Amino acid sequence: MIKEYSSISNVAGPLLLVEGVDGAKYEELVEIYTGTGDKKRGRVLEVDKDRALVQIFEGSTGIDVQNCRVRFLGKTLSIGVSDDMLGRVFDGLGRPKDAGPAIIPEALLDVNGAPINPTARDYPNEFIQTGISSVDGINTLVRGQKLPVFSGSGLPHNKVAAQIVRQAKVLGKEEEFAVVFGAMGITFEEANFFIQDFTKSGALERVVLFLNLADDPAIERISTPRVAFTVAEYLAFTKGLHILVVLSDMTNYAEALREISAARKEIPGRRGYPGYLYTDLASVYERSGRIKGKKGSITLIPILSMPEDDKTHPIPDLTGYITEGQIILSRGLYRRKVSPPVDVQQSLSRLKDKGIGKGKTREDHADLFNQLIACYARGKEAAELAVILGEAALTDMDKIYLKFSQEYEGRYISQGEYEDRTIEQTLDLGWELLRMVPRGEMKRVRDEYLKKYYDAKTPEKAGVTG
Amino acid sequence: MRKGEITKVSGPLVVAKGMTGSKMYDVVRVSDERLVGEIVGLAGDLASIQVYEDTSGIGPGEAVYMTDEPLFVELGPGLIESIFDGIQRPLDIIKENTGDYITRGIEVPALERDKKWHFKPTVKPGTEVSPGDILGEVQETTLVLHKILVPPGVQGKIKDIKQGDFLVTDVICSLEHDKEKHDLTMMHRWPVRIPRAYKERLAPSLTLSTGQRVIDTFFPIAKGGTACCPGPFGSGKTVIQHQLAKWADAEIIVYIGCGERGNEMTDVLLEFPELKDPRSGEPLMKRTVLIANTSNMPVAAREASVYTGITIAEYFRDMGYSVAVMADSTSRWAEAMREISGRLEEMPGEEGYPAYLAARVSSFYERAGRVKTVGRPEREGALSVVGAVSPPGGDLSDPVVQATLRVVKVFWSLEDKLAYQRHFPAISWLNSYSLYIDDIAEDVNKMTAKDFTDLSSEAMKLLEQEAELQEIVRLIGVDALSPEDRLILEGARSIREDFLHQNAFHEIDTYASLKKQYKMLSVCMFNYNKAREALKRGVAFDDIVKMDIRDKIARMRYLEESKLDTIDAIKDELTAEFDGMIKGETKQRETEKETTGHGDNEKGKGDRK
Repeated sequence: MIKEYSSISNVAGPLLLVEGVDGAKYEELVEIYTGTGDKKRGRVLEVDKDRALVQIFEGSTGIDVQNCRVRFLGKTLSIGVSDDMLGRVFDGLGRPKDAGPAIIPEALLDVNGAPINPTARDYPNEFIQTGISSVDGINTLVRGQKLPVFSGSGLPHNKVAAQIVRQAKVLGKEEEFAVVFGAMGITFEEANFFIQDFTKSGALERVVLFLNLADDPAIERISTPRVAFTVAEYLAFTKGLHILVVLSDMTNYAEALREISAARKEIPGRRGYPGYLYTDLASVYERSGRIKGKKGSITLIPILSMPEDDKTHPIPDLTGYITEGQIILSRGLYRRKVSPPVDVQQSLSRLKDKGIGKGKTREDHADLFNQLIACYARGKEAAELAVILGEAALTDMDKIYLKFSQEYEGRYISQGEYEDRTIEQTLDLGWELLRMVPRGEMKRVRDEYLKKYYDAKTPEKAGVTG
Repeated sequence: MRKGEITKVSGPLVVAKGMTGSKMYDVVRVSDERLVGEIVGLAGDLASIQVYEDTSGIGPGEAVYMTDEPLFVELGPGLIESIFDGIQRPLDIIKENTGDYITRGIEVPALERDKKWHFKPTVKPGTEVSPGDILGEVQETTLVLHKILVPPGVQGKIKDIKQGDFLVTDVICSLEHDKEKHDLTMMHRWPVRIPRAYKERLAPSLTLSTGQRVIDTFFPIAKGGTACCPGPFGSGKTVIQHQLAKWADAEIIVYIGCGERGNEMTDVLLEFPELKDPRSGEPLMKRTVLIANTSNMPVAAREASVYTGITIAEYFRDMGYSVAVMADSTSRWAEAMREISGRLEEMPGEEGYPAYLAARVSSFYERAGRVKTVGRPEREGALSVVGAVSPPGGDLSDPVVQATLRVVKVFWSLEDKLAYQRHFPAISWLNSYSLYIDDIAEDVNKMTAKDFTDLSSEAMKLLEQEAELQEIVRLIGVDALSPEDRLILEGARSIREDFLHQNAFHEIDTYASLKKQYKMLSVCMFNYNKAREALKRGVAFDDIVKMDIRDKIARMRYLEESKLDTIDAIKDELTAEFDGMIKGETKQRETEKETTGHGDNEKGKGDRK
């Protein structure tokens, strides 16, 4: 039973109040026909007796109180999914945007999804090689993980994400993978960068793109990650593909959420964001993971720009509480021409311990990683000291560490955009750099690994080469 | 069944009319999907209901069914090793019934109804029993002897009591009181928001050892005590909670995953059955109850989950057990309160949190304690609560942190600065505190050695001195310090790196008994005091720092619990080496015919044993 009303009493920002509605449901999908015949879509945010508060996805331009008709569709927002969606471009609500044919759905799924039962989850522990040393060696990504990139304006987060998408693979396995890319409020240029990159690497036919660009309706963005995840879930858990979901930029998403919240006159939390921002973000992020007995998996890389590079801003802060680690890009490193400028000290992969080691990467990985971080931290301290007291005031050991940290940034963290390092190369490079530091300092490495890796190769190249 | 009618739906909040006769916190069933909800406000015949499941597709006109009962948990055999959601629905059974995703309107009993338990009575027919008395026992798991108690509000003379294998719903005992007959089963129910009664509160005087050096030695928690660990993301709150759930010296662990990551619960589910309890050798899962309401599960159920958890914990406390509750994270619980409060359009307090935030937080923590329980035989139970708090940006002025700090007695301050240096557990030794140190000193010293508490305060003093000296170093460099001060830095460094730093992922280092902690710390301090003495006797600072034995001290942590004697041997080696150095120094000086003058007769305090 589809009902239509023309009793709009109030329009404010992206919200519409319809009166005299009979039987509207919470989260119900509506269609709005403007006086000029345009069709817009929206969903019910609240029903109070016979009044329904509707959020319009496309924005309220062209809507008037007299001539508009609102039709309640009696269902929640859902999307028809099919594996024909691979290689296609859609808008933020999942409608085809390219010239291709309409999708013939194999299933119709509610975009809100349902929470995965914790007992059904399988723990992510398969190492993904991204070919980027600062990720593979230090902040290892595993299949089913959610690992965001915290960035800032002007930092090359898109390049990092594109490189990960291009190079990511699970060692020793040739498995079907696909990328679901959700763009929220990014510019045409940024979106085009990804499309060009996918095209160049031939990956485009394995990608489903959902594009809500900067000039698209902001409110539509709230649905974009949900639509993307609905497709990802279908491809992963029904079709058995390994899915990498990239969402960019979550900051725009959260701002759209704030806009709705402000229009509803809700009591704001920090910085005007709604108090339920955490729950809302979690309902998106937590849809990734692995499920026992299912072949596919969903790995999530959300990208977000931190306003003023402030990690304590609500969006990165709440994201960090939900995701399993974070890759933080550093402006300081980028200025020093270190690219990708991954701040290895602040970045973290919480799941790395289960994804590295013998049989996964290499037995020495954990010890090597700890030693590298410890040496780098010491080198950074020495660098700070050198700024205050001058390099001459450093002890000999500090000088070695200082040199180490510079080499580490220059050769280990820094790498070419198209340089795909194997995990062996990354680990060996780590040892090569460590040989700059005397053996007695290797306190975090087991003796057997020192013998096997530190002593193994004659240290011709180690030491002072640049 | 009486019913009302929905008039408003706004996210997890539903308003219904025609609800006259229902009480606050009554459970209702919303719509024909029978979603579980709880009444949180009444006005005239309108009731505001927080719904524990997703409300999409629900609208005005649909029915609300009243149950006239508050939110209950089922208490009886079958709790241990289970994983429940926030309102005690067993997640493993839900998975069997409905698949990998949690759908709505699922009705599953909390305790398995078709499993038989062997009940052994401990009282005889004819005995007069009252609430809390032990009727008999069920060996629930190899670690837990589940005691069947007379439920609250029931008393009388036992007419009949059976032995054998029964379902939780079978009658195992019948009582007679004032000519009225009562049939008792192994299971009873209790409303989650009401604390269970006890006879008498006792002062906390026993230590709850956790196997974590920084906690047990410097900031211990008592059995029946409360603690919180606030910290920004990435500082290791969850790892600490997991470590406590694994190694805390409690008989029962209730782990509440409140609004946190799904994979973390999976981690617990996969890991706990594999890990062995250091005392009994049995899998840790056999003493654990899990409550999982992950961040993407309905927000209102998150609010209920902490109450569900603590009520189950109180039930085991009433059996006379020492129970520890881990709540990760109470911030998510507070946020759930904030969300419901906002939807109710209540006037907000700080940061949008409801004005009753502090009251709710304190009454939750106050349910902890060491008590004499109700019922015979007389027994003591303890309920300890450790809550993680996730303040935005790690800012401790957050209302939830402040409300928590006002009630808890132990504060483990997690700092991201330490985490970046990969110093774990990242508990700051300068900002944390424990108010139980004096209360439990006697107990700790009895378990280890007379001077354990003295040793720990001596070590703490060294760490404080280090912090002061670091200020100077930062300004003018380490070379400006006297050798004595540099030795303080060395001593403190050794405590930090060789003692405080503990690797949760190393199979041996992950747990250290109190004895091991004592021995390790005493070696660190012994080394420092010996070094001071040597320095006074003229040994050069650089020689002291170069000693090879430092490597042995650094590896103490990897010694198994059965080989603790080797730690004592390090002391002998230290004495020998230092004596050698001093002798060498004295000889040299004698040959140079210089007078040594001072320092020979003075000795460091700790090296006299």
